[in-house]
Amino acid sequence: MILEFLHMNGYGYYVLPSFLFTLVCFLGLYIITKSQLSKEQNKFNVKFGELNSEQVKEAKKQKIYKEIIATETLSRI
Amino acid sequence: MKFIKNYQFNLVRKSQKIVLGLFLIVLILGLFEALILSPEDYLQGDSVRIMYVHVPSAWISLGIFSLMATLSILVIVFKNKMFFLIAKSLAPSGFVFSLIALVTGSIWGKPTWGTWWAWDARITSMLILCIFYLMYLLAWRIFENKDYVTKITSFIAILGFINIPIIKFSVDWWSTLHQPSSVNVFSKTTIHFTMLIPLGIMTAAFALFSLLIFLMKYNTELIKIKNKGLDRL
Repeated sequence: MILEFLHMNGYGYYVLPSFLFTLVCFLGLYIITKSQLSKEQNKFNVKFGELNSEQVKEAKKQKIYKEIIATETLSRI
Repeated sequence: MKFIKNYQFNLVRKSQKIVLGLFLIVLILGLFEALILSPEDYLQGDSVRIMYVHVPSAWISLGIFSLMATLSILVIVFKNKMFFLIAKSLAPSGFVFSLIALVTGSIWGKPTWGTWWAWDARITSMLILCIFYLMYLLAWRIFENKDYVTKITSFIAILGFINIPIIKFSVDWWSTLHQPSSVNVFSKTTIHFTMLIPLGIMTAAFALFSLLIFLMKYNTELIKIKNKGLDRL
């Protein structure tokens, strides 16, 4: 029954690689995006940990919307 | 050190988990419907199952590019960089979906048309869309200047948008290997409901995946900006 399902009347060679390619693309994109996010979070945690108490107060006051408009260089993908 | 509490960060991070959970549930349901429950086509046999990954990928890549073009126009009109950041975060998943549509379409072409590739109007215009996505993503790698990269990527998105109606109506305007649209909003849908249901579920799963990637990308961009803010202290 499993072999019959995999064979799909001779079309299994086309159908299964299509689904597999899609799932591999999903997994690849998810892993890349997740690793980029984790890297930035870790960088932030390290930088934030190095701040003194006054700088922490300043950092908490920062408005992200203002920063987006004021920032000179946006990150690259 | 705990990650700094911020309403926007928390909202994006919490919604990521919900969207990931929903995506997995809908994907498993969609795969079960597409590979097991849905019937084979009377003409194409089981090869019709490729439709359940090919068509949603094509729809979503078109939708994302249209959204990116709209956001690029809004960036030019309102000079609001939030729109720009959203468009930038949407691009990677749009590119991957256009690639999936091309590759699975090519695989579907072999048993259906007897060829992996044909310079047919629909396929060629989809390839052009994929190239526009690639140009958009590469522009970020190539150009350093912020103002310049804003203009270039907006230009690419708006110029590429001309291709969207060409993709949509290519099957009506030219004689192509593709059949006319079977799923229509304003006219009668010609696809049987036993195939329409898995197609709908897979489309929902793919849309949830693109939303998940968008949220993660957007969150990454926000943290990068926060990091730059800390550098200034």
